[in-house]
Amino acid sequence: MSPPILSISAVTKTYKGGFTALQPIDLAIERGEIFALLGPNGAGKTTLISIVCGTVAMTSGQVLVDGHDTRTSYRTARSMIGLVPQEIALDIFATIWDTVVFSRGLFGKPPNPAYIESLLRDLSLWDKRDSRVIELSGGMKRRVMIAKALSHEPELLFLDEPTAGVDVALRRDMWALVRRLRDTGVTVILTTHYIDEAEEMADRVGVIDGGRLLLVERTAQLMRKLGKRRLTLVLQRPMATIPPELDGWPVELAADGQQLVYSFDANAEDTGIPTLLRLLGEKGIDFKDLDTSRTSLEDIFVRLVERVA
Amino acid sequence: MSRSSLNVTGMWAIYRTEMARMMRTILQSVATPVITTALYFIVFGGAIGSRMQSVGGVDYGAFIVPGLIMLSLLTQSISNASIGIYFPKFTKTIFEILSAPLSFGEAVLAYVGAAATKSILLALIILATATAFVPVHILHPVWMVAFMVLTSIAFSLFGFIVGIWAESFEQLAVIPALVVTPLTFLGGAFYAIDMLPEPWRTISLFNPVVYLVSGFRWSFYGVGDVGVGASLGFTALFMALCLAILWWIFRTGYRLKP
Ligand SMILES: Nc1ncnc2c1ncn2[C@@H]1O[C@H](COP(=O)(O)OP(=O)(O)O)[C@@H](O)[C@H]1O
Ligand SMILES: [Mg+2]
Repeated sequence: MSPPILSISAVTKTYKGGFTALQPIDLAIERGEIFALLGPNGAGKTTLISIVCGTVAMTSGQVLVDGHDTRTSYRTARSMIGLVPQEIALDIFATIWDTVVFSRGLFGKPPNPAYIESLLRDLSLWDKRDSRVIELSGGMKRRVMIAKALSHEPELLFLDEPTAGVDVALRRDMWALVRRLRDTGVTVILTTHYIDEAEEMADRVGVIDGGRLLLVERTAQLMRKLGKRRLTLVLQRPMATIPPELDGWPVELAADGQQLVYSFDANAEDTGIPTLLRLLGEKGIDFKDLDTSRTSLEDIFVRLVERVA
Repeated sequence: MSRSSLNVTGMWAIYRTEMARMMRTILQSVATPVITTALYFIVFGGAIGSRMQSVGGVDYGAFIVPGLIMLSLLTQSISNASIGIYFPKFTKTIFEILSAPLSFGEAVLAYVGAAATKSILLALIILATATAFVPVHILHPVWMVAFMVLTSIAFSLFGFIVGIWAESFEQLAVIPALVVTPLTFLGGAFYAIDMLPEPWRTISLFNPVVYLVSGFRWSFYGVGDVGVGASLGFTALFMALCLAILWWIFRTGYRLKP
């Protein structure tokens, strides 16, 4: 069996000032999956990615990329990795074409104009290939960053906060691209603090906070395990307080008393919904609309962090 | 790319990009030294030199040519190489170099090679400019080229270190301004060391630039302030020192990797 595309063992990081950004981290990423590293600002996401990519030195531990140690076999390991860092960093005087071709060369790959062309077309950069980076909008610059990271056909792509401050069109294009990459067998690891993003995109999610990997779970499983559902009733007449008849029910008011929200366990035999609706009917609490939704990963995340703290 | 082989493609990518970056400012790069050199010739060679006797049998105008070229070679090598590595640090594009399958030595070679190439090109342009003003003879052309290459590499290595050390454009400018320019002006570019009174003459022997200018002038006219062996020895020593510092930078990740 082939080794995992990425295997992180007991990796720690203490920065020069003495600040420990990563407690021992263990993580294995399977080939071809989309993995989301989810955590608030300062959790250590960028640090972990930077260690794998070689831009930050680990304090201890070991990282294997497709079985190649990132320290002793760094050439092989790094040539498999593409990195789109959190912040845009480009030589603003270079043209798009030149800077993307440069990246490919830097990673030791022979020129392949046809591939670069298709890459630039995929990222809607082709028409601007001879423009200098300085002339581009922020969104276009981010596309250039992605093109550079993909220029050497990496098998493992890191996207660090790919949608922070990104417009809707780019966000959509980016997810389309990520899915296409996955279809060609590329493994994608992204970091985000937008929970819905992880939920929407990732096969698996790793939750990280305070330099600790709190849990790693298949996204769907995580949702099922910890996910609650929510029934939202839009009331005919707004209420100021929850009526005493509903004492003991996990309900709360929302939208200035115009909505009544009921949380229930999605996996339970009895969701309690029929009983609740009957009760409301008896008490003459009418509603004009209803909606059910899943609790977002955000709620799950908040609960996890609270539990660990 | 096989596991152990050099990443020649990667080095070439850096070298080409660096040369392209330098060529973007080729007009300033060439105009400044050419104009400066012409001014030196008019002032030192023409106005002052006409009143001076020849130095060690060499016409004063011709005498200052090697010194002027060396001066440009030193300052250009340091500034090209220091900006070459400082700029990616400043724009944060250095992440790409650090994450590439490229050894530290390969990166140094590519950056230093580009910086040295450009300063040698400029030195040759200045040499050509000089021949428009004074008759220049080159007694040992091979040695002249050897001195150019060695000096430009040694000081590009030094510039690379300065670029890694610097954390602001001010710091980038401070080493050339405070250290290199005084040493070059006091390095015998415009005079022979034995024209100085004691103790300056002895003190001058501690100035590394004296050895470079002397060796370089020897390659032109067969005369120098110190022996050519001492000149070569010094250049080699300086280069070794820079390489040792770079080795330490590589081992510790100094100012490159947090
Ligand atoms: N170069 C550095 N020196 C010292 N501390 C750092 C450095 N980079 C990051 N940190 C600290 O490490 C922690 C994790 O940072 P980071 O990995 O960037 O988090 P995230 O990407 O999850 O927001 C933060 O507290 C940050 O302040
Ligand atoms: Mg980050």
